[in-house]
Order: sequence, then C-alpha cells, then structure tokens
Amino acid sequence: MQRTRLSSVARRTLTWVLALAIAAPLLWALLASFKSELEAIASPPSFLVFDWTLENYRSVLESGDYLHSLRNSLIIAGGSSLLVMALAVPAAWAMAFAPTRHTRGILLWMLSTKMLPAVGVLIPIFLFYRDWGLLDTQAGVVLLLTAGNLPIAVWMLYANFNEVPGEILEAARMDGASIVQEVVRVLAPMALPGLASSFFLIFTLAWNESFWSLNMTTTDAAPLTAFVAAFSNPEGLFWAKLSAASMLSIAPVLVIGWLCQRQLVRGLTFGAVK
Amino acid sequence: MLGGRRFTCCAIAMLALAGCSGEGDERTILTVATVNNGDMIRLKEFTGDFERAHPDIRLKWVVLEENVLRQRVTTDVAIRGGQYDIITIGAYEVPVWAGRKWLTGLDDLGPGYRADDLIEPVRDVVSYGGAQYAAPFNGESSITMYRTDLFRKAGVVMPERPNWEFLIDAAAKVHRPAEGVYGLCLRGMAGWGANVPLITAMANSYGARLFDEKWQPQFDTPEWRKAFGVYVGALRNYGPPGASSNSFNENLALFAQGKCAIWVDATVAAPFLSDPKSSTVADQTGFALAPDQGLGRSSSWLWTWALAIPSSSKKVAAAKKFVKWAAGPAYQNIVASRVGWLAVPPGTRKSLYTNPEYRKAARFADITLQAISESNPRSPTIRPVPYVGIQYAAIPEFQGIGTEVGQQFAAAVAGRVSPENALAEAQAATRRQMTAAGYYE
Amino acid sequence: MSISTVPTGSGRSYLRLQARILMAPAILLLVVCAILPLLPTIYYSLIDYRLLASTSHDFVGAANYGRLITDPGFLPAIGNTLMLNGLVLTISILVGLGMAMLIDRVIVGRGLLRLLVISPFFVMPPVAALIWKNLLMQPVAGLFAWVSSVFGAGAVDWFSTLPLVSISLIVAWQWVPFACLVLLTSLQSFDREQREAAELDGASSWAIFRYLTLPHLARPIAIVVMIETIFLLSLFAEIYVTTGGGRTTNNLAFLIYSQVMLQYDIGVASAAGVVAVIFANILALVMVRLVGRSLEA
Repeated sequence: MQRTRLSSVARRTLTWVLALAIAAPLLWALLASFKSELEAIASPPSFLVFDWTLENYRSVLESGDYLHSLRNSLIIAGGSSLLVMALAVPAAWAMAFAPTRHTRGILLWMLSTKMLPAVGVLIPIFLFYRDWGLLDTQAGVVLLLTAGNLPIAVWMLYANFNEVPGEILEAARMDGASIVQEVVRVLAPMALPGLASSFFLIFTLAWNESFWSLNMTTTDAAPLTAFVAAFSNPEGLFWAKLSAASMLSIAPVLVIGWLCQRQLVRGLTFGAVK
Repeated sequence: MLGGRRFTCCAIAMLALAGCSGEGDERTILTVATVNNGDMIRLKEFTGDFERAHPDIRLKWVVLEENVLRQRVTTDVAIRGGQYDIITIGAYEVPVWAGRKWLTGLDDLGPGYRADDLIEPVRDVVSYGGAQYAAPFNGESSITMYRTDLFRKAGVVMPERPNWEFLIDAAAKVHRPAEGVYGLCLRGMAGWGANVPLITAMANSYGARLFDEKWQPQFDTPEWRKAFGVYVGALRNYGPPGASSNSFNENLALFAQGKCAIWVDATVAAPFLSDPKSSTVADQTGFALAPDQGLGRSSSWLWTWALAIPSSSKKVAAAKKFVKWAAGPAYQNIVASRVGWLAVPPGTRKSLYTNPEYRKAARFADITLQAISESNPRSPTIRPVPYVGIQYAAIPEFQGIGTEVGQQFAAAVAGRVSPENALAEAQAATRRQMTAAGYYE
Repeated sequence: MSISTVPTGSGRSYLRLQARILMAPAILLLVVCAILPLLPTIYYSLIDYRLLASTSHDFVGAANYGRLITDPGFLPAIGNTLMLNGLVLTISILVGLGMAMLIDRVIVGRGLLRLLVISPFFVMPPVAALIWKNLLMQPVAGLFAWVSSVFGAGAVDWFSTLPLVSISLIVAWQWVPFACLVLLTSLQSFDREQREAAELDGASSWAIFRYLTLPHLARPIAIVVMIETIFLLSLFAEIYVTTGGGRTTNNLAFLIYSQVMLQYDIGVASAAGVVAVIFANILALVMVRLVGRSLEA
C-alpha cells in the first residue's frame, strides 16, 4: 500500500490538532494565570495579546504555604507510590507467572475493595484515626492512598507482565537465578515501559487525590491539594489566582513526568534490541 | 530501575526535606479554620502582628472554601476530633451548635472587645439564650445593585426602596441580549447557601414563611406560589443563559464585565463592583435597598462569619486572646492604617459606619448599614414562625432540606420542571425529612 | 506453542508457595484498609446515627435502607450512575484509542504529544470541573460560547439543557490520558513485523485494525473499562461543583456525600454505601461477563 506524503502530513496535523484540543483547557488555565482577574474572565477572550503579569503567582505564594505543601505532597505521593510498587510488583509477578485458579478471583476482589465510595467510610476512618493519633499525619494519608491505588497498580502490572514471554524468565530460573535476580535483571528491563507508566500513573493519582488528602489533614500534613483548595471559589474574582495555584501544583508532576518519560524511551529501544 | 542515580538523588532529597521541620518551641499552637474570603485571607497575612503581640502563641491556618470548611468543621466538632481551636462559623450554625453545647461562651472577652459596638442584629444572631457564642468577623445583608448608565439611557429612576414588580419592569426595559446585556441577574444554582437564601428572603417579602408554628412546610401556600412564580419568570425572561448554574461568584463576574443590568445579592459584592481593578463598570454601579413588597418584610437577608471556640478545645484561654484581637476594633484599625479603609472587614461594627474616612472611601457604606440594621432574624416573617433565621431556618435539618429544595428550584429555572411541580416536590421532600427527623411525633 | 512455564512436582509447589508469600503483603494491606472499614459501615447502616441530633444510636434495623430506597431520588440516581458510567467510558476510550493510534505512528515530537495528551491528568478534579464550568462552558462568557459565536451559532447552555452529558464530558476529559497511556503502552509492544507483513500482503488498514490491532488491545481495553468503572462509581465532586446536584445529575456517590456532609445522617449514608457496594458488585459481574474473556492470558 502506497502511503502518499499528503495523507501522512494530514495524519500528523490531525494528531497535533487533537492533542492541542485535549490540552486546551489546561493551556487556557496557564494563560489565565498570567492575566489580571478581570482579563481572565473577559469575553471575547484574549489569547496572547494582553498585559502579562506575575501578580497572581506573587499573591498566591505570599498567602499560601507553598513550600510546606510541596514537601508534604512529595512525601505523601512519593511515599505511597513507592509503597504501592513495592507491594504490587511481587503480587503482580506471582499472578502473572505462577497463576492459580484463584488468580482471577483475587484480581477481581482487589478491585472490589474500591467499590465503597470513600465518602461512605469517612466517619469510621475519621474516628479510628482520631483515636490512634493519625489525624493530620503524613503516615495516615500515605496509608489510605496506598490502599486506594494498590488495586490499580496490581492490575496494570499484571497486564504488563502478561505481555512478557514467560520462557525467558523460565530460562533465567533454570540458569539458577533467584527470584530477586529474575525480577531485577530479566523482567524489569523488558517490562520497563509498563513499570514506569504504572508508577507515573499511581504517583499522579496520589498527587491529585483530593478526598483523603483534604479530609484527613489540617495543617501539618496538608499537601498541595489543600494549597490549591484554599484558592478555590472564594467570594470574588479568583480565576487568575486559582490558575496560578494550580500551575504551581502541576509543575512538580510535569518535571517528574518528563523524567519518567526518558526512562520509557530508553526502555523501548532496549526492548527492540532482543 | 528508574534511572538509578537520578532515583537515588530524588529519594535522598525527599528524606532530607522530611528531616527538616523546625518544630520544638514551647509556644501554644492554635489551629484556626477560616473561610477563604478576602477578609480572612488578609487576617492570615497579619499573623505576624498577632504573634508579636502575643509571643507565647503560634498560629496555624486552615483556609478553605465555605462549603468545604463547613463540612470539615462540623464533622470535627460533632465527633469531637479536636483538630481546631478557633473555627469560623456562620449565623446558621450558632444557634444550632450553642444549643448542643458545642461552643464556648464569649461573654468574657473584656471591655477591649467592645461588644456594645456591634450592630444589633449582628450581635443578636450570634447569641443564644442571652449569651454570645461567636465573635462576628464580617457581616452582610443583601441589596440591589444596578447600572446607572443603562437606567439613565432607558429613562428609569431607581427608587430607594424598589419592589419586585418595579425591578422586573426596569429589567424588561434594559434587557438587550443581542448586545450581551441581561436585564436581571439572580442566583439560580442549587444549594442551601446558593439559590435558597435569595428565594427564601424574596418569599418572606411576599408574606411567605418556611414553616408554620407546627413545623409544617409552607411551599404549598399561595404566597410561595406567587413569590416563586415571579422569581422563575424573571430569570427565564430577563436572566442570562445558564442562570441555573450561577451563584454569587458567577453573577459577580457577569456584572463586573458589564453583562448584568440589575443584580440583587450580598452587600459584600459592593466593594468588588466599586473597584476599577475588579470591575469594568465601577463608575456606573448604583445601589438601592433589596426589594420590598411593602407587606412588612423586605427581601434582604442577614449573614455573618464569626469566630468561635469549640467547647472541646483545650486551649480556651489562648483562643480567646486571638478571638478578642481578630474580631475587636484594634484589628480593624491595624488594617485601616496599613492597607486602607476599604480593606476593613465590613458589616459588624457601628463605629466603622460612623467613621467619616470609611464613608468617604465606600459609597455603599450607608446603604449597607441600613440593610443590616433593618434585618430581623428573630422575627423574619410577617406571620409567626418557630425558627430563627431570615434566609434559613436554624435547625440542623435545614442543610439537607435546603439542598433538596434548592435542587428543585434550580430545575424550575432550567425549565426541566414547572414552578408548581418544583414547589410540590420541595414540599414533599421537606415533609419527608422533617418526619424522619421526628418533628411530627 | 512454547515450553510450559509451570514446572512439575516439588518445583511447582515451591513456586506456588513463593507466589503466595509474594501476594500476601498486598492482600493483607487491602484487607486491613479496605475491608475492615466495611464492618463499622454495616453496623452504622443499622442504627440511628445522626451527627447533629441528640445521639441515640438506637438499632433501627432496615429503616435506613427503607428511607433510602423509597426516596424518589434513589432510582434516578442509579440510572444516572449507569448513564454517567456508559458515557464516560465510551468517550474516554474512543478518544484515548484514537489518540493512541495516531501518536503511535508519529516519530518526531512524540514526547511532547504524549505530554499534551496526558495533561488533563495533572489537574485536580475539582479544579478541572471549575475550569470547565466557568471558563469553557459558561454560556455567556466562556470559551466555547465565543467559539460558537465565531461560527455564527448560539452558545449551548450546557448545564441547563444537557447536565449529565456536560458532566460526562468533563470526567471523560480527565480519563482520556489514562486510556491513552494504557493503550499506547500496549500498542508499542505490538509486533510491528506482523503488521508490516500484513500490509505487504495487501490487507486494508481497516482489516489490520479489526483483526490484528483490536484483539491485541482487547486486554488493555478491558482493564481500562474495569478500572474506570470502579473509579466512576465514587465520583461526586464534579457533580457538586457544576450543578449542585439534582434529579438529573445525582448519582449514588453523590447521594452518599449529601447524606454525610449535608444532612450528617451517617446511618442513611452507610446504608447508601452498602447499597453502592452491592450495586457495584452487580455491575462488575456484568462487566466481567462482557469483557472477562479478554482478561485472561
């Protein structure tokens, strides 16, 4: 089949247009963060020609505790994601390479633990945390986020590991490698895209989680979600400031996402050289 | 695994950050929960002043949007979680919580607090059984805001005390949707703190009430039908599209961009609309009292955000020091001298409204004071009622009732149900909840 | 067929023991954090527990369930939950699949493309809902209204006329990155040689898609469906922020939220929670039957 240059150019254009459309709301908020409050809600809207200002960022950084919240977010999201991976990788390995007739049942059971909406267990957990001094602690939030994201990680890793041909692992095992060696030396490089994307997904989910992180913290453990929530919907015009606060909350994840992405690329070229 | 060296660096950095905390001083730590409106954010910015004046106290802040804050604080206080030492509550919570002994009495804040300086209805609304249980921080009523230029062009003169028929008539004359100007903007979004206060206060002016003396809901009375019919008709004919999703902030944005000719809402909108930095029509905004049908009650409401101390707090003495400082005249003077008179939290103290500098800076000062002073939360309706509160009923069930009722009201504005059906559903829903709560035993 | 991966005899049971040990920590954590809280919830659903009432905690049996199920808003809420689920799944998977296939073919700038498509994931859900409601969908001053005025059409009054669709759009937008990421990762492990061979043999793009690509993607799509469904069942923030609730937009999770945070009736809220679990289980069983085969290796 001949692929004409025109159709491939058309396809590339379509791809970029659609991608920009998907990113448009976020880009719009990014623009708004540099506008004055009145400018941000003006109609007809202004796109690139307006009075660019850093006033919103200054105001937001002054009235909020950005560094404190950033630190909490890094510890909570990072901690819970690492914990999730530490628990999920072995479990997914077991289910993918040593399946039993219970495997599918366990997978579904894990997912079923998320069936009760969090708001329904708020009071029981709140009471428990109060009695055990876990309110407003990083550890308390980490625990809940870990339990919340674990099923997702297991599912995604299970799917990824299933695509890895079992014979190679078999061969490594028969060569006398221990499980740890098998996982680290043989499995990881092949499943790297899956591992990286799962970690990134879990990390971002934890970063933006706005139920437990808001309800179980007050000041000491308040992460960036609380920082942004402080600028949400006050009386008055707030769009520019809320956009600025959101950008400050998103920036660290973008950086980490960019880093993770390099690993994805490296993992792919690795996989091609079999 | 994930780029070994980079990963290790990240891990070390995180641990290092975790290590530095800077705790370990002997001061009393007070956790303050506030709403994220401009006045309270400014209060947070003056933390340094308070801590310098009281070196044995340190403040920590929780700043949230009012609905989220209310949920967090209510849950914590009801379960005695003890996370907050000073909370910000509204006029609605005070009688309900004081009745449950969840609040510490604040009659002993001392002469420096100048409780006598509080505007009467505002002081009344934070008292229960004769004692004061919360210290008002800012207060509001509702007024009519309108575009003087559009009125002039249409040859309409706004009286000091309009009624609803006049407003709708005027709205018809200035309504120009093709040019993007809508005659009348009103709250339409579902919520017991969104559309319900406006509609309830409006219904009061038509002689309606939420409950009769036996706690029977009154949504099936002719007064409610009249008032609600007027409201829905006005919004559907002269309101902006999407009115059923508009609350205070959305209407403020519309008016500030010049898209509304008339807006009836809280007095706290006035400073925003008069400031050229936040309003394109700052010089063309006029103020009048909230509509009054002449039956004895107007459509204006009364609200205050007040600082209170949960009775389960273990730091009551220190908390009282903070409340006395923040809600007292001294703080108002600090703000006035450092930032300006317009930044002073409005609506609580008579002394602010007799101050010539404030009245010069704020064109809306007189009308705000008048609206607040005339409100009557203990007798909000023409016929007697068993509850207190103008735009709400200070019973614990009201949040749930108001939520369902508000959803029905919004559906009527969106055109999904007829006003009659909306009222019938509201009536049924309220009866259901009151029955379940045991009011009819 | 390749060599069987399961060794025989004692090797097999050793492997199974290892497998059990490896799964144990994860299972233990989930039991403690997710199953244990279910017990007080069931208990609360059987008593009168209202935070703001004079605390009585009397045993009321099925009264909470009765109140919940006879509420006229209950059945619409179930219907809305299903509608929301269906709409969000359809939109997010179609768009995610489309984007994944488009990006898969692009070499230059793939990193940036991926970043753009993943960007909705970075925004906090309540903030995303606010941005969509006020900056984009607002019929008077929003971006969409301006775009349609440029084309000479009137603005859509999203939340008055199409409330559930509007909310589904917002939520689907937040989930497109997830669907796209999962499908793209899977596409990138798709054997290119197979595809190129088929192309050389003269197969049409559609045939390649239908008989090669789609079966390969069956499992990732099934996973996306299961995971999104589970998350969507707990959705309520977007509903609250945009419409404040109502018969046309309430779902089960919002009912629970409104009972806990607005009426402070923990008894009825817990009953609603138990009902939500039962409902979710039924839904999951149906879904597993529909997509279950794709989940197996």
